[in-house]
Amino acid sequence: MQLQLLINQQQKNVDVEPDMPLLWVLRDHLGLTGTKYGCGMAQCGACTVHLDGSPVRSCVLPAQAAVGKSITTIEGLNSSTGKAVQKAWDDLNVVQCGFCQSGQIMAAAALLEQKPNPTDADIDNAMSGNICRCATYVRIRAGIHRAATLRVNTTISAEGLV
Amino acid sequence: MNATDVMPLESPARRNFLRTSIQAGVGLTIAITLPLPGCVTGRDTQTSATASEFAPNAFVRVAPDSTVTVMIKHLEMGQGAYTGLITLVAEEMDARWDQMVGENAPADATKYNNLSWGKAQGVGGSSGLSNSYRQMREAGAAARYLLVSAAAEQWQVSRDSIRVQNGTILHPPTGRNAEFGEFVMSAARQSLPDNIPLKDSSQFVYIGKNVPRKDTGKTDGTAIFTQDMRLPDMVTAVIAHPPRFGAKVQQVNDSAALNVPGVLAVVTVPSGVAVVAKDFWQAQKARNLLQIQWDESAAFSQSSEQLLQQYHAAAKQTGMVAAARGDIGKGFAQASKIIEATYEFPYLAHATLEPLNCVVHIRPDGVDVWNGCQMQSGDQDTLAKLLAVSPQSVNIHTLYAGGSFGRRANPVADYVVETAQIAKAYGKPVPVKLQWTRENDTRAGYYRPLYVHRLKAGLDKAGNILAWQHHIVGQSILKGTPFESMMVKNGIDGSSVEGASNLPYAIPNFQVELTTMDAGVPVLWWRSVGSTHNAYATEHFLDQLARAAGKDPVQYRLGLLQGHPRHAAVLKLTAEKAGWGRPLPNDTVQGVAVHESFHSYVAQVAQIKRQADGFRLEKIVCAVDCGVAVNPDVIRAQMEGGIGYGLSPALMSTITLSNGSVVQSNFHDYQVVRMKDMPTVDVHIMPSVEPPTGVGEPGTPVIAPAVANALLASTGKSYGKLPLAETFI
Repeated sequence: MQLQLLINQQQKNVDVEPDMPLLWVLRDHLGLTGTKYGCGMAQCGACTVHLDGSPVRSCVLPAQAAVGKSITTIEGLNSSTGKAVQKAWDDLNVVQCGFCQSGQIMAAAALLEQKPNPTDADIDNAMSGNICRCATYVRIRAGIHRAATLRVNTTISAEGLV
Repeated sequence: MNATDVMPLESPARRNFLRTSIQAGVGLTIAITLPLPGCVTGRDTQTSATASEFAPNAFVRVAPDSTVTVMIKHLEMGQGAYTGLITLVAEEMDARWDQMVGENAPADATKYNNLSWGKAQGVGGSSGLSNSYRQMREAGAAARYLLVSAAAEQWQVSRDSIRVQNGTILHPPTGRNAEFGEFVMSAARQSLPDNIPLKDSSQFVYIGKNVPRKDTGKTDGTAIFTQDMRLPDMVTAVIAHPPRFGAKVQQVNDSAALNVPGVLAVVTVPSGVAVVAKDFWQAQKARNLLQIQWDESAAFSQSSEQLLQQYHAAAKQTGMVAAARGDIGKGFAQASKIIEATYEFPYLAHATLEPLNCVVHIRPDGVDVWNGCQMQSGDQDTLAKLLAVSPQSVNIHTLYAGGSFGRRANPVADYVVETAQIAKAYGKPVPVKLQWTRENDTRAGYYRPLYVHRLKAGLDKAGNILAWQHHIVGQSILKGTPFESMMVKNGIDGSSVEGASNLPYAIPNFQVELTTMDAGVPVLWWRSVGSTHNAYATEHFLDQLARAAGKDPVQYRLGLLQGHPRHAAVLKLTAEKAGWGRPLPNDTVQGVAVHESFHSYVAQVAQIKRQADGFRLEKIVCAVDCGVAVNPDVIRAQMEGGIGYGLSPALMSTITLSNGSVVQSNFHDYQVVRMKDMPTVDVHIMPSVEPPTGVGEPGTPVIAPAVANALLASTGKSYGKLPLAETFI
């Protein structure tokens, strides 16, 4: 069926089966391969994208359900929060294999939009749906705290994130 | 393996290597490759230098814009291969960090072999950096030498008066300076002497320092993994494996599957039935509609419980002796106290977050393979045989792997072979991507084997260990693989007993035995291999002995480690940093363990807190001695990650067989450590001038015994099974 989806602020028309999850529309039909398949049942979080700003597992979200909403993937993560998370990740050398990190970054950015200064307990709650088999959790946690600081600093600096 | 095994710089073979490489480089290969759709990082390439680049050897290319490209001969699976190998080249070139980039080397064992593996290209056993330590420095030193010679020629000055600093070639007396790129043409005409000196460690600017990682593209979605490969006309395959190992396809009803839109074919291969479709979703849907009758006459049909019973019975007998000294019979006879224990370890899946996958394109004139390929020459040879082509015509394009932990280094190349078989059966000259589902990945075997250990020790009145007997029972990882002739000696698979047969403690009467069991379950090395179970059995047992002797676990170990200063040093450092022996709150205890694997020494202290609803794992303190610390931040990351990886089987992961079927299927029942389970980790690196040794694996095996020893200190109970029976919150 024909669907019109708003992805990374662009309207995209796709012709897919009605039950196809958003993940496979993104990956196989639109070439947005930054969002990963890890489990197919919302257990690992590698497929996390934002739907109207909230983190969702795109592997179990039928693409149809995203019609009329704003979808953001790692490729379109242009918010100052998103940039702060990416910079914090780079600063702290968070990644190892990197396969989960698109999902981690999307989940972390969504957390920081909701809770600009999250506690460790907030991080446990928001991030425990995202598996990292390299177990970079120590640095993901540090990265979220750092991004929270970077974010505050950007709002007071006209220079942005440097 | 360590760097001392590397061919010495002065050897004729070494000189020959550098000369040949230079000649090859000067005959510059002109690259004609078109960017692949979806392949945006350019990390995947079979190209050598372009015509305008300077390629002093097979590892280094300098472009006119001064970009230095390092060919990375080992798979980047997160362990830091890019960062580590680039550091070594940048060090000897005195390059600027931001001018350095990495590129995956093609499969060519004549150039890119693992020097600790002889003629084979691949990586494993935490050997990536250690085998490359001199080689990559020499490659960088050769590049620097030629660039300096070119500058000397052009400026009409002596080589000795030229310095290189942070990517700039300088002639201080005249104030002249230039970037590397200025000399790409003239450097190729220069010649190399027989002996190029390497830097003294006092001159290091990168080795020992923290640098940003070089495996880029992983925070913005642009890094390309095998899952992300998109090629013209590519099709996607999803496979149905038999429910029991060793079952064969008897009959397939594929009519419903073939009706799914987008499905192109259903093919039967030796390992199952695959649906080939235009995209993954279609293929998976159709796969789920296949009706397959399996011939299970030769299938494995036992349960984990049955295996455990057999293994326990075997453990009570005497096994093949893998290591012995003194006379254990005499030792036990003299003992005033005998302590015995048995430990059980389940099968474990590697569960890389990227479910296994591979792309194979069989063309009329050759084969292209895209894969997070860990054993390039093994996979190349296996595919060449399978497809009846020459190994040289199998082009392996190594991509970033979304984890491996041993799984992508399968001597029988299971999923790579499976992809090629599907591509062959499909029969069209288009790229075929096989993408396993998480359920395929969890259930297809190649597990860390199930083991039973039985230990017995005899103590004298003072608590000294007079005798130690350790019997390991389980499947052999190497039996039946190409590694068997090399690593199975006199019936003893070294990977079954490593970490136990070389126990460092001074025990006069000592015997380690092995009974190798045959079970039709495919097994494979799993991050830190034999140490995954041997470190737990030996280190948890040792704490039980310390307790029986009424001794402090750290002091007890130190008393037994007099001949092993590196073990003792990391143990002391960890204890000191963890505040071992200092008063703790009543509900808080610490446990310790120390273990050497792959020539690196790791000690850990686990601190746990007893709460009303279970234990909380609060913090891990870790010390590591891995020789020269090339990239301290990568070492810390590998310890943190190794601990996290080892915590999953310590606390929660199990693969269980029930009548031959794997019970678990996905992350809801094959549980792994998540953010909420992860303690803080504090890593300390022992200063060292020894050659660097690996860090990918040695952090993993130490955590389970450290946690069990903390539990022992809290509850007074020993823990005979992993995962640990206590509740962690």
